[in-house]
Amino acid sequence: MKSGLKRSNAPIFWSLFGAGGMFSALFGPVLVFITGIAVPLSLMLPSGTMSYPKMLAFAQNFIGKGFILAVISLFLWFAAHRIFHSLHEIGIHAGLGAKLICYGSAFVATVVSAVVLLRLGF
Amino acid sequence: MSKRRPYVRSMDGWWKKNPFYVEYMIHESTALFVAAYAFTLLVGLVRLGQGEAAWNGWLEAMKSPLSLIFHVVFLLAIMYHTYTWFKIMPITLPPIIVGGKKVSPGAITGSGLLAAVVASVFMLGLVWRIAQ
Repeated sequence: MKSGLKRSNAPIFWSLFGAGGMFSALFGPVLVFITGIAVPLSLMLPSGTMSYPKMLAFAQNFIGKGFILAVISLFLWFAAHRIFHSLHEIGIHAGLGAKLICYGSAFVATVVSAVVLLRLGF
Repeated sequence: MSKRRPYVRSMDGWWKKNPFYVEYMIHESTALFVAAYAFTLLVGLVRLGQGEAAWNGWLEAMKSPLSLIFHVVFLLAIMYHTYTWFKIMPITLPPIIVGGKKVSPGAITGSGLLAAVVASVFMLGLVWRIAQ
């Protein structure tokens, strides 16, 4: 049966936004602290926490892969959705171009992450 | 085409006139910092895929003063995102009924913030364990 109504794709993007918003709210600050402050300054955590062998092993682990992909892609899907919907607020009447830039960069980042993670092997 | 050019009130800086909207614009803009951090990690992942020398180069870059300053800014902005995310949650969630009573906005925000603290401590502990 053909319906005259086109199914909206909004719930998909809204779900990614919600998941990414929640994930970044719960883990964003501590991840920034670990990767951007504690490890570079050798604070708190054991030395070599993010050494090549350890990070490689993490990225080759099934759970590690999932976590890395979730962080990068969900953070970006969340940000893309929020930035896209805020453009109107600053007087940019967002069209297809803005949509492609916002969601497109999240999509490309997701694909790139997945490819790198797959190529690193298991 | 009509030659009339009716007056259209400018909307430039509309949000600056009301503290509520100023806060709204600040919390919406935290998404820029979340995106910047995610792209930093994406570069790290790509470098990891290129081998040990590339990865060590990324680690070294993360030690630069500029990177450290950026990450302090990311930390503050994303902590503010955490705070506002849970502050708005009583409005974004459907009403939750427990024992015949609607859960208060304060309880929802409070449990969200508590969850974020627990998640942070858990993550630090987990990374510590794995890195040992």
